[in-house]
Amino acid sequence: MESQRTPPATPQLELITGESNRAVLRGEWTLRRLSPVNSPLRRSLLKANENTLWDLSGVSRLDSFGATLLWRAWGGRWPANLNAPDACRVVLEHSARAATLKLPKPPAYRFGDAIAALGARVFGFADHLVAFIRLVGQLCLDFVYLLVHPGDWPLREISANVFKVGVKAMPVAALVGFLIGVVLSYLSALQLKAYGADIFIVDILGMGIIRELGPVLVSVLVAGRSGSAMTAQIGVMRVTEELDALAALGISRTQRLVLPKVLALAFSMPLLVLWTSASALLGGMLSAWLQLDLSIGFFIETLPRAVPLPNVFIGLAKGAAFGLLIALVACHFGLRIKPNTESLSANTTASVVTAITLVILVDAIFAIATRTIGVPG
Amino acid sequence: MSTVPVVELRGISTRFGNKLVHDGLDLSIESGEMVALVGGSGSGKTTLLRHIIGLTRPASGRVKLFGEDLFSGGIALQRQRRRRFGVLFQQGALFSALTVAENIALPLRELKLATDAELDDLVALKLDMVGLRPDDALLMPAELSGGMIKRVALARALALEPELLLLDEPTAGLDPERSASFVALIRTLHKALELTVVLVTHDVDTLKALATQVAVLADGRIVSLASVAATQASDHPFIKRFFAAAVTGPAEQGAR
Repeated sequence: MESQRTPPATPQLELITGESNRAVLRGEWTLRRLSPVNSPLRRSLLKANENTLWDLSGVSRLDSFGATLLWRAWGGRWPANLNAPDACRVVLEHSARAATLKLPKPPAYRFGDAIAALGARVFGFADHLVAFIRLVGQLCLDFVYLLVHPGDWPLREISANVFKVGVKAMPVAALVGFLIGVVLSYLSALQLKAYGADIFIVDILGMGIIRELGPVLVSVLVAGRSGSAMTAQIGVMRVTEELDALAALGISRTQRLVLPKVLALAFSMPLLVLWTSASALLGGMLSAWLQLDLSIGFFIETLPRAVPLPNVFIGLAKGAAFGLLIALVACHFGLRIKPNTESLSANTTASVVTAITLVILVDAIFAIATRTIGVPG
Repeated sequence: MSTVPVVELRGISTRFGNKLVHDGLDLSIESGEMVALVGGSGSGKTTLLRHIIGLTRPASGRVKLFGEDLFSGGIALQRQRRRRFGVLFQQGALFSALTVAENIALPLRELKLATDAELDDLVALKLDMVGLRPDDALLMPAELSGGMIKRVALARALALEPELLLLDEPTAGLDPERSASFVALIRTLHKALELTVVLVTHDVDTLKALATQVAVLADGRIVSLASVAATQASDHPFIKRFFAAAVTGPAEQGAR
């Protein structure tokens, strides 16, 4: 490095202190040339004082970055002693004029703003509620319309969505279900062994998975997988003005976009619940066999007695309800996306979080409402 | 000034699937020129621009900028080379989550060279340069009209004091009046900042008002690189059709 000769283009600043008190500038004062020597040059610039004679005659090129740098170093006014060629002076004048143009500042954050933000949140929530109810109402109207006009059912869209949210989710749902079954069975087996209550593993797994874990697990999975995709898809359609194009073509977006998603998910979710619960039970069964020496034949034989049939229907009903909910929430947030990236990300996040929260809330309601149904003994 | 061409393309070939878009294309653009790249739809004008920017790489051939191979050198060197040109994308490509001022300041802020006060000055300067008011600084891109988006995008392209400016359809989607004023703006900046400009355009008016040279892209090659007058006099069938359509007007051409 040290042996390398400085190319003439490199901006240089020579400060001659003492009697003559001059600052001699040389080279190209452009952004590209200044960037490698930015900080030492800035330090040198600070050393100059009011009476310094600024000699810019050696500057071969000056751009607006260099001019602004100098202008700020001069404290925003012309130095008393300046020797600059005309070309430099023009650029400096432009920078000087720009420095007088005040950019508006975003207003500072005050205490009142915090209260206003809180209020805005409350109103925002009310706004969400109204919009959500309106969406559900519109869907009901669409449904009635479709009952009267059976030829208008968006069957292709529904079938495409069933494939997308249902069939394509099967591998991952099976994998997650299987692993959860193994883990649950393994942990329970440790405890049950201590009490010699080995055969109750069937009750624990059966009730837990079929009634509770299966539907909730699938919901979380689907909310993350399909809910976010639905929100983002509708959101991008807003950004690319496809929603407006649909409206201009006289095609109802609730009927063609929202309804197929909602129906497809409400239809696919119970099936996914069945599939995932089965896979979780399989995992639990294998784990119980390895851990507790509980034969698979015995497990299958005991299962119907441990878990009465209504539990399966509760699980399926939950699945349908959760599917409906996830799709509705996803479409609701999707339709609220504004055409910018920030809004897209915020609404997609909100969609998934809200869907999962609502699913757990509704699950609690289900638990209370069905507490007397399907409980053995 | 050096005599090295700012942009030098040698033997560029590009394939999209089975379709050969560029077939051994050569083009060299000298410093200070304003070169308009014209060609039919799908002739690969924008693709060529993307090759120059380095967003895509040709199947074969070399792209040289400022006399150096576009992808030569380490990451730091390549990044430095990228900072020597500015790009105006067709739709503006402003960052929708940032205000106008933040959009313009972003490239400079990334360099971490300027203080906040200097950044404000420079943003005000660029806004002034492209004919926008300081009050527009706090607007979001979604609140801007088509003409303003182009101006802000141009200000952002100029933020790093580029030597080379690449414009993709600078006047597409603007009404004739805005289009004319934008063209005038580009011409002023070209002169004031000693820029080399490459622009892709369909619009013959823009072309005549701006270009010092016209590069005609047809059959996968540059068939002509000459001044506007010389290009108009050419008897290449595509060039004849291109200018004939502009004289008779696109409406009549569409009615054929």
